[in-house]
Amino acid sequence: MGSKRTSRRELLKSSGALAGGLAVLSQTPASGQVPEHDHAPGMAMADSPMIKGSKELVEYGQRSHYVTSMRMAHPMGGRPSPDAFGKTFHIATPLQDSVGVITPSSLHYVATTRGAFVPDIDPKQHTLMIHGLVDRPLTFTMEDLKRLPSVTRLHFIECAGNRHNGRQKTVQESHGMTSCAEWTGVLLSTLLKECGLKSSATWFVAEGAEEVKGASSMPIAKAMDDCMVAYGMNGEPVRPQNGFPLRLMVPGFEGIFHTKWLRRIKTVDRYYMNYNDYGHLEKTPKEAALAFQIGPKSVITKPSGGQQLPGRGFYEISGLAWSGGGAIRSVEVSTDGGRKWNRAEIKETPQRMAHTRFGYPWTWDGSETEILSRCTDEIGQVQPTREQVAKYFNVPFDRSYRVPGLDNSVMPWRINKDGSVTNGLA
Amino acid sequence: MGSLRLAMMALLLGSPALAQSPTYGVGHAPTPEEIRALDISIGPTGEELPPGHGSAKEGAALFQTKGCAGCHGKAGMGAIAPALQSTKSQDVPLWERGRGTSGWMILPLTAPFATTVWDYIHRGMPLGREGSLKADEVYALTAYLLFMNKVIPEDQVLDQQSLPKVKMPMGDDYGRLPDWKHGAPRLQGYNH
Repeated sequence: MGSKRTSRRELLKSSGALAGGLAVLSQTPASGQVPEHDHAPGMAMADSPMIKGSKELVEYGQRSHYVTSMRMAHPMGGRPSPDAFGKTFHIATPLQDSVGVITPSSLHYVATTRGAFVPDIDPKQHTLMIHGLVDRPLTFTMEDLKRLPSVTRLHFIECAGNRHNGRQKTVQESHGMTSCAEWTGVLLSTLLKECGLKSSATWFVAEGAEEVKGASSMPIAKAMDDCMVAYGMNGEPVRPQNGFPLRLMVPGFEGIFHTKWLRRIKTVDRYYMNYNDYGHLEKTPKEAALAFQIGPKSVITKPSGGQQLPGRGFYEISGLAWSGGGAIRSVEVSTDGGRKWNRAEIKETPQRMAHTRFGYPWTWDGSETEILSRCTDEIGQVQPTREQVAKYFNVPFDRSYRVPGLDNSVMPWRINKDGSVTNGLA
Repeated sequence: MGSLRLAMMALLLGSPALAQSPTYGVGHAPTPEEIRALDISIGPTGEELPPGHGSAKEGAALFQTKGCAGCHGKAGMGAIAPALQSTKSQDVPLWERGRGTSGWMILPLTAPFATTVWDYIHRGMPLGREGSLKADEVYALTAYLLFMNKVIPEDQVLDQQSLPKVKMPMGDDYGRLPDWKHGAPRLQGYNH
């Protein structure tokens, strides 16, 4: 007991910054007051104010009130939903404040197929039914699924509407409809094998339990490769806005395929052309292919639009790279508007279909310039400029050019003489 | 041995929904009724369509009484919800004619299959009362929207058999998806 207290005091002495957190931990319920004798002499309250403990803080922690990073409706000033009813159905992640590769669940981007409807599902009542071209249709409860062998993987999700243009001010507006979380669940292949998948099955339809029962068609080859029915997100149950209690993960495919509130999977012998599939309708096979699996994409998150460099000197340029084609192999950064490309440092081992953090050491000399990043994935796909995409499709390039499918083109940020950072597409 | 057998029999008799998954012994077999209740995704063959029928005339009345006109406009255009009818002339190519003024595609004109129209009205309409329409009403509303877009004549009755046979103006004029393969680029020869 005595020695315990001594060691705590030593800790308190060694780090004033830690003191607040430790105090909260040490004074469990009731009192609400930090006992006087817990403070070593000289540790005046005024020097290091304490966060008052509460039952809530003990049970479920909270970030500092000095941290104000927030999600926002997407897009800014744009039409809020296809039916213009004014509901916030797209919410963007504050990538400009992100560090590392995991998006906290509270800041994960959100999109729904229509409106702002988030079903309030009792996990005890929720089931996943798998039927269609299988030998044994099966219904699984959440308890059933949690008994099965699990996988835990980092994966990004990105909305097809994550398009950058010259009107956006910040990276949250231009790229905030992507996030990356650690997902835990059961491989869809495990479930389909248990059901006895028939060889005649070429596609599957996944369907949610929300008001429109959002459904999408996807290839069986993808189902057997790496799709997952996920019940866990960043170490706790999937959040309601992200599909509680169960969502489908289709790593690297456009966001809408990651069916939330998953209640049913039907294996079929053709593309079903449900409403969400119809939403992907394109005139040519080339455009259709680009609106399915996401290409290699990266963006510099710091410094990025709306931020301010305090002066010339050293900065680590930091950003995120990801691809639907696999893991990121390399990232290059240009600090002179794309004339010279330099290899960036990749932080930690890149995971397949996951955000990958990169950094590049840069000393700003105070002159106006443009910073850009581009990435290459493990199968050799290279993030293009808009000009390169236009050239491939053999159309004249101008500022209004729209990249077919999900826009994975290079994003420039302009560093102005006064240190302000603005959209290079503006 | 005997008591083990007894215990196993008790287990089998006691649980109506037997564990079915062969490797792990979890999950249970849904009944045909349970499958039918959820089997609402209508594919191009229409095999999931329920019995029922409806015509454009019935659909026109329902379009007003069920609240469709409130959001989509009395004539299915010019209102807050996506357009259901094109303002452009029949001579304009479909991919151009099929886009409403808000930029969204006009479903009952540009869907490659009439089943897609039925499916969406059934699963997603009306806003706020999804799933409240009866099968006959969905057939009738589908008929009305297809008639409105000059896809079928006014007197055609749509049902389980006739709906999947409707020839949509889109025909084959849309891009098919490539076969998906692990580790393959998303578009052969594109490299981006």
